[in-house]
Amino acid sequence: MKDGSLIALVALGAFHGLNPGMGWLFAVARGLQERSRALVLQSLPAIAAGHAASVFLVAVVVTLTGSVLTSRVVSIAGGIVLVGFGLWRLLSTRHFRWVGMRLTLWQLAGWSFLMSSAHGAGLMLLPILTHGSVTGSHAHGMTGGAGDAVSAAIFVTLVHTMAMLAVAGVIAVVVYEVVGLTILRRAWFNLDRLWAAALIAAGATTLLIAV
Amino acid sequence: MALWKPDPTFYPSPRDAASAPPESLAYVAAFDRAADKPDAIAVLDVDPASGSYGSVVGWTDVPYKGDELHHFGWNACSSALCPYAPHPHIERRYLVVPGLRSSRVYVIDVKDDPVKPAIKKILEPEELAKHAGYSRPHTVHCGPEGLYVSALGGANGDEGPGGIALLDHNSFEVLGRWEVDRGPQYLAYDVWWHIAHDVVVTSEWGTPSMIEDGVDADLLLGRAYGHALHFWDLRKRRHLQRVDLGDEHQMVLELRPAHDPTKTYGFVGVVVSVEDLSASVWVWYREDGSFRVREVITIPAEPAAAEDLPPVIAPFGAVPPLVTDIDLSVDDRFLYVSCWGTGELKRYDVTDPFNPVEAGSVRIGGIVNRTPHPSAPDEPLAGGPQMVEVSRDGERVYVTNSLYGAWDDQFYPDGVGAWMAKVDSGQEFTFDTRFFPSGDDFRGLRVHQTRLQGGDASSDSYCYP
Repeated sequence: MKDGSLIALVALGAFHGLNPGMGWLFAVARGLQERSRALVLQSLPAIAAGHAASVFLVAVVVTLTGSVLTSRVVSIAGGIVLVGFGLWRLLSTRHFRWVGMRLTLWQLAGWSFLMSSAHGAGLMLLPILTHGSVTGSHAHGMTGGAGDAVSAAIFVTLVHTMAMLAVAGVIAVVVYEVVGLTILRRAWFNLDRLWAAALIAAGATTLLIAV
Repeated sequence: MALWKPDPTFYPSPRDAASAPPESLAYVAAFDRAADKPDAIAVLDVDPASGSYGSVVGWTDVPYKGDELHHFGWNACSSALCPYAPHPHIERRYLVVPGLRSSRVYVIDVKDDPVKPAIKKILEPEELAKHAGYSRPHTVHCGPEGLYVSALGGANGDEGPGGIALLDHNSFEVLGRWEVDRGPQYLAYDVWWHIAHDVVVTSEWGTPSMIEDGVDADLLLGRAYGHALHFWDLRKRRHLQRVDLGDEHQMVLELRPAHDPTKTYGFVGVVVSVEDLSASVWVWYREDGSFRVREVITIPAEPAAAEDLPPVIAPFGAVPPLVTDIDLSVDDRFLYVSCWGTGELKRYDVTDPFNPVEAGSVRIGGIVNRTPHPSAPDEPLAGGPQMVEVSRDGERVYVTNSLYGAWDDQFYPDGVGAWMAKVDSGQEFTFDTRFFPSGDDFRGLRVHQTRLQGGDASSDSYCYP
């Protein structure tokens, strides 16, 4: 795997971890409700697991089809989907909602999965996935089969999720222990709009590389 | 368009809200009882440093007549910071103002010109009826799924059941009826929630025919008005539990849940007991997974001569306190109780919610007393403290004097007038003598509920302690 792609994978993970809407805020809220740091720490893996499942789904589909079809078709189609999805996210005013405040860890993971999917978290990895660099040497040879594709998808998901979990975890604990909730008012930049822009950029990059 | 940073009037916790800057404007719903001219939102200057402090500085007339503007609310508030459906980049900029008599809903934009807000959208009664099956919209709360609007009546002439309509908080379209399973609930009035516990609470008044022509003495003595609380699952929209206060406790109205999101208790006011005309305040609380209620404040009727009383209560020889509104300070410390019949505003320290301690009282108006405001000591006042609104920091309490057109006329047959007063609530509990807009200041309209710029003690819910 190219260094650049790995860095991009980690950076996107960090970006997803940064977004309060992707889960760290929920972990903090749960901890505050019960006045328990343990609950904050307990919530994070569940949130990360849901996020990982969402990302993995896209990764496995793309790497699998990528090794069967020409990666160019996947790139162009994926790029168009991404730009479209980004524009929809940017213009849509409806907000994802599924649950309330009282959740089991399973429900929390489910919430995280749906939240990540609805925001196209996995799709954002498309430029890295379709660039062919992720699967590295495997993708170039005819030996590269479904098994390799799945292991590549697992690798991508793990790297991305670890980065996401690390950032979300640090923010959650620091907010819970030190900073306090006023950070929500001062520093909650509209990541939904930035997110939408990132989706569009990812789509454009995918298309650019493909064409 | 969405904001880049959260609306600065959204607060994660009650503590953050209480330490926020004070309001400088207040919005008051005002209506013409005769329906000869349009109802309006009056804008009041509440900045003590301003030259026009205490006076009406702006008006927004609605285009129709006979709406009877009553309770209203913000399109968005602190609940937008809640973590499971966060959308903090929408703005608190629209007042959603229902007409209780007409079932029409006005959406009024206060952003561009806060002193003269503009009507952005009008939702016709047919839309509420068609999409939600309700009429007589009453209470508006900004919540997780949009705007929750309680409604007293059914659609198309049906008396009930009343319930909750959901409105989209961007487009203001009616999304539908909120209840999936209403269980035994039929009567509606107020709605609020323990948002961090996924619990909704509703209360009961009466159906349209039970209220629109005034209090019906037969229904009252027949104990037919609402006397129960309902608890719901906020997520599943299902009825969980009905808690009956006893049918002598008629009209269980304003719900004031603790603002602290870790708590699951709250206060509710009862207008009148048919046994002794007293009024009461109850606490609901959770024990072993179910909700219970306990009467914690009882305010007795005051003896009076029959000839001093309006016909509706003359046979009883006493003035009922008629607790028509209560309000809980954002720090959950003080509960304000308005006695619209006797003309008294009481303050209770409810640090221990099960043992309220009276911590102040002021008198103004009242059926018999007609107590004047200290700034106009020669002017007897009709009406009494009715809707109470408390500032975020808990230091200022605003009261208006009209209850509901037809009921005003019964209890104050010589005219209820129009006045608004402000009480400073600190160590002392006294009227601000610089603040007393009244009479012609309100153009002959009656004044009902107050909303404070940037939120107040009965508008926002918080997800973080």
